[in-house]
Amino acid sequence: MQPFRTGDTPLPDVIILTHKLTREYDMGSELVRALRGVSVQIRKNEYVAVMGPSGSGKSTLMNLVGCLDTPTSGEYWLNGQKVSDLEDDELARIRNKEIGFVFQTFNLLPRADALHNVELPLIYAGLSARHRRAQATHALERVGLSDRMDHKPNELSGGQRQRVAIARALVNEPSILLADEPTGNLDSTTSMEIMGVFAELHRQGQTVVMVTHEQDIAAHAARIITLRDGLVATDQLKAA
Amino acid sequence: MPIFEALRLALQTIRAQKLKSGFSLLGVFIGVASLIGAWSIANGVNRYMTEKFAQTLYGVNTFQLRRQPMFVPNVPDSVWRAWRRRPRIRFSDAEAISEALTVPVITAWQSSDNVTVSFANKEARDIDLTAASERYFEIKNLRIAVGRAFTGQENRSGAPVAVLGDAVAQRLFVDRPPLGRNVRIGGVPYRVVGVVEKQGSLMGFPLDRFVVVPALSPAQNLVNPPGILDAFLVKARSEPEMREAMSQAEGIMRSRRHLRPRQDDNFVLDTSEGIQRFWAGISRILMIVMPGIVIVSLVIGGIVIMNIMLMAVAERTREIGLRKSLGARRRDVLRQFLAESTAIAAVGAAFGIVAGIGLTVLINAISPLPASVSPTSIILGVVMGAGVGVVAGVYPASRAARLDPIAALRQE
Repeated sequence: MQPFRTGDTPLPDVIILTHKLTREYDMGSELVRALRGVSVQIRKNEYVAVMGPSGSGKSTLMNLVGCLDTPTSGEYWLNGQKVSDLEDDELARIRNKEIGFVFQTFNLLPRADALHNVELPLIYAGLSARHRRAQATHALERVGLSDRMDHKPNELSGGQRQRVAIARALVNEPSILLADEPTGNLDSTTSMEIMGVFAELHRQGQTVVMVTHEQDIAAHAARIITLRDGLVATDQLKAA
Repeated sequence: MPIFEALRLALQTIRAQKLKSGFSLLGVFIGVASLIGAWSIANGVNRYMTEKFAQTLYGVNTFQLRRQPMFVPNVPDSVWRAWRRRPRIRFSDAEAISEALTVPVITAWQSSDNVTVSFANKEARDIDLTAASERYFEIKNLRIAVGRAFTGQENRSGAPVAVLGDAVAQRLFVDRPPLGRNVRIGGVPYRVVGVVEKQGSLMGFPLDRFVVVPALSPAQNLVNPPGILDAFLVKARSEPEMREAMSQAEGIMRSRRHLRPRQDDNFVLDTSEGIQRFWAGISRILMIVMPGIVIVSLVIGGIVIMNIMLMAVAERTREIGLRKSLGARRRDVLRQFLAESTAIAAVGAAFGIVAGIGLTVLINAISPLPASVSPTSIILGVVMGAGVGVVAGVYPASRAARLDPIAALRQE
């Protein structure tokens, strides 16, 4: 792979590559160094959990990987494209095409029904209403919610809401599914249900990156990256 | 995001927050409604003044030789007293002008006063009695509905015949045929030969309360001293011919009155111009004051919308963060909020247009002011309303567009 001029030799099928990624926040009186040189590679169809105590930099890494933020220094390549120095609107396009977000608090639009919530990324992708509807319906079917498409979020259970959010994350066929504490607002039974959905998506070939601080949730992933003080502390593949 | 999506979303938001949106569009609503209402009145009165008022009082391409102008607003007493001292117009003046004019015209004599007209035991009070010559009907464009006008022969012989205004005929005869009956004017019986078509009203003044009799009939003594006219009416075929006739008439009158070159005319050749000039003055004032009112309410409306939109951006920060994380670009967010503010303003403007038209209809129904909706005002209302929405939305929308998605998503 020619693009990777600097840093580590890329692995085949690599989707996420960060090279000495740093992110500093100027808080006026002090400079907060949230990331201090993180280099990771994640390959296609990996299922990765990012762990670490609060302040370890996992949220910052998550934001950078999700193209919501740009690094202070270092490089970030996503799916063969260098995205660490892209403009705002280009990042928006990358988020739209390459990344599917799943949030702790679901972040569904309360006034829109499940189908419309799932259609949202497709609106920004510029798809016609007919195609949007078809794709959103398909995504909802994948998470087992084809019978709840016309329900508003407040008519759905927590687990169902998170499934709608997962369907929304999947609807654009993204390169990575990026989940930030996806079970943080769910009880343990529902958490298991959602982990089941993730496992199934992973089995179907989806690359999944999940940030969590819960050990038993992280245990569902095949690889666990632990951050501490803005650096990668451990990076372990789980024995199959 | 395509414009269509942005608009759909905006309307959806407005629907979801009816009360808030209702208040926010109030300013634009009032602005546009007052724009259309005020414009309609100005427009209606304007048309009325130029088309109907002037023509009814004067006639087209017509001038009147009078001692003083017929319609004079705000004349000082001294001027008025000077006018009253002028010599009156005499039959002989009218005859001299008629003979000397080289321009083809039709002419009529006119003298008027208020009298009581009676038939059997019925009375019509405060009726405008006009002693006129036979072409009067033609010059004033009075069409005969029943019967006929009196003839030149009848006029010259002073026959006691009368042509009634519609209201007089209604009052005295109700449903009975008036033709051939004798009405009494100043104690003299007059045979009714015709009834004029209904004229309606002018700025609230009824136009059908009149009787026309030959200028030389006995009633001439009721309206003026012998040999005296209120007005000599001259109608030309066109504006330039009227001007020519006026200058000839002026010369004739000046020589008859033995006026020296330095002396002013002691008579007037009155046309509808005076009244139209007067109205143009009023309408100019209206046109200056009215935009002021409209602009003030639109500015207030814009500020209200801007406020509401700033609130909406603050309330929906999380939604904006989410949309950005899902791939909304700055311009998508900008467009969404601009569409919303514009839609609020446009809905306000639409209601304002309906209310403005309603106001116009209402004014027509309950007041004598002849209001009529001007299409220009509607277009202007739409453009200004939408413009206010865009302008008021720019700042809140650009704030929304610049939001950092991470911070926006983190907000509770």
